[in-house]
Amino acid sequence: MKPLLKRLGLQGRTAVTAVPYLWLLLFFLIPFVIVLKISFSTSQIAMPPYEPLLQWTGDKVMQIKLNLGNFAFLVEDDLYWKAYLNSIWVASVSTFFCLLLGYPIAYAIARSNPSARNILMLLIVLPFWTSFLLRVYAWIGILKNNGLLNNFLLWIGAIEQPIQMLQTDFAVYVGIVYSYLPFMILPLYANLVKMDLTLLEAAADLGCKPWQGFLKVTLPLSLPGIRAGCLLVFIPAVGEFVIPSLLGDPGMLMIGKVLWTEFFNNRDWPVASAVAIVLLLFLVVPMMYFQRAQDAEAGGVHR
Amino acid sequence: MSINIRAGLLSLVVVTALVGCGKKEAAPPAAETAATPAAAAPVSTEEKVVNVYNWSDYIDPAMLEAFTKETGIKVNYDVFDSNEVLETKLLAGNTGYDVVVPSASFMERQIKAGVFRKLDRSKLTNWGNLDPEVLQRVALHDPGNEHAVNHMWGTDGIGYNEGKIKAIDPNAPVDSWQIVLDPKWAAKFKDCGISVLDAPSEMVGIALAYLGKDPNSQNEADLKAAEDLLLKIRPYIRMIHSSNYIDALANGELCLAVGWSGDVLQARDRAAEAGQGNVIKYSVPKEGTIIWFDMYAIPADAKRPDNAHAFINFMMRPEVAAKNSDFINYANGNIASFPLISETVRNDPGIYPPAEVKAKLFPDLAETPEFTRLLNRTWTRFTTGE
Repeated sequence: MKPLLKRLGLQGRTAVTAVPYLWLLLFFLIPFVIVLKISFSTSQIAMPPYEPLLQWTGDKVMQIKLNLGNFAFLVEDDLYWKAYLNSIWVASVSTFFCLLLGYPIAYAIARSNPSARNILMLLIVLPFWTSFLLRVYAWIGILKNNGLLNNFLLWIGAIEQPIQMLQTDFAVYVGIVYSYLPFMILPLYANLVKMDLTLLEAAADLGCKPWQGFLKVTLPLSLPGIRAGCLLVFIPAVGEFVIPSLLGDPGMLMIGKVLWTEFFNNRDWPVASAVAIVLLLFLVVPMMYFQRAQDAEAGGVHR
Repeated sequence: MSINIRAGLLSLVVVTALVGCGKKEAAPPAAETAATPAAAAPVSTEEKVVNVYNWSDYIDPAMLEAFTKETGIKVNYDVFDSNEVLETKLLAGNTGYDVVVPSASFMERQIKAGVFRKLDRSKLTNWGNLDPEVLQRVALHDPGNEHAVNHMWGTDGIGYNEGKIKAIDPNAPVDSWQIVLDPKWAAKFKDCGISVLDAPSEMVGIALAYLGKDPNSQNEADLKAAEDLLLKIRPYIRMIHSSNYIDALANGELCLAVGWSGDVLQARDRAAEAGQGNVIKYSVPKEGTIIWFDMYAIPADAKRPDNAHAFINFMMRPEVAAKNSDFINYANGNIASFPLISETVRNDPGIYPPAEVKAKLFPDLAETPEFTRLLNRTWTRFTTGE
């Protein structure tokens, strides 16, 4: 075994790192190439519902037909730009509220008694044991007109008529923040729990009030955690389809819904693929930028 | 520090991967795994298995057991809840299913794509039980009835909460599309909650029928007229969805819904069970509406076509079709079963509309891909209210 690996030029280290690369190749790169391929095709009524890119035209000639019209189409109709922008807006607002809620929670858990931490973290992860879809459905029961929340508000006399909460943007934000909050808390916690608390003591010794210590020491040191958490919330939220369609106002224009319409209603897999490719570019470019910034920072900290 | 964050990410990935696996195991066809034990059966060249993909809550489970008991063919029964999902699987191919149940308007396009195999009538000995009128209407989608047999059919209509509607206006035209499509009426019921189907082709067809135009028109001017009409009522619509309205109607969250007959009747039954005083009714509007058909068909790449034919032929027996209709409150396309259906179902005008109503029903025919795109663009403008 060992000589074979050596002969292939695989050291122990490269063999280990090959596994994630293989994973990415199989489950990211290959599917991406397939989607990219379809995005250059033309739709037709057939199985599968798009024309092949490569065609033998006889006489040993292979023809490659690339249709760029699908991408041009996304620019022609303002629907797509509006949907992209609105999705980014919704995801940004959701990420902001996740951070606002998630940071104190992660902070409290990280600073709690070490024996309690595991239980608290378990509670954060516990909802994952229930299907995501069921948890979103549960919010319908809470937010609807004769649901838990309205009935409670009526009971304490805060309102006289039920408030329409379901099928509003509010419900979508509640759903997204609720669903993705653990993705914000986990990386933040992992960051905060490793912080050297003597730095805060030093800050106090040098005359920092606790809130100054937080702003000048804890917050800057936790920036990598904030970045990781924000990306983990922002990226899935941009493409979110289920939550807006179950809880939201039907008029809420999200790119996930547009993609669904292209794929399932228009049966236009090529345009749907083009929408997905552009969405991916929207997400990957800023992500690479953040990653680079983070790596640069990490490189500075490490000795 | 960055290493720790990575560790955090990794554990997240593991958790989501686990959740993903759980879902996957439950959802897709259990075709291959379930097929192996029966492989030894020597009688037929096919394994004694049939993989059926049907709408959820759309059959009497006792009929599946009866079929297995009689033929020894095990039924792997899987369900879907939208034509779009079924169609995508069919177009991708290799579904593993032997029998699927698309709606006729979708099937029309799928036949053109070459998704289905032609039926072998010699294996469908119960063909004579089928309703000639249904066959004729279905032939608009499937010329010559070559590819499919009707399972159930129904209409698009108005589901309403009788008490709440009458309380707002006792003269509300519950038997007319006016109640939804006339802004004057729709405005009255806005706060009470109005829902329409998220089915562009059907809703535009209904709007065109209301305007006195051909509901299957593929004329852009007609589409524009329908869009203008729909946009006027958009501010009064709370929900645009094809299944969430069932519960919402049943528990009083909505008081008016454009819905599918069987679904509204399901809401009616749920409301009656809940006993909160919500009385749900279904009406077929007098301007006419869509009649739709859900069809048994066999994918071209089905591995067990003989078993598929046996299954369909079994469902074409009068007593089986009657039991199914009784169980799910839908009309079937089997005329021989009619006398065997319970009276409450048979005499319900919401299920079996009287002849004069039936005369005004029209099909929802498939559009060209180009018109489909225009139609869905119109629909997006409607949903976003722009």
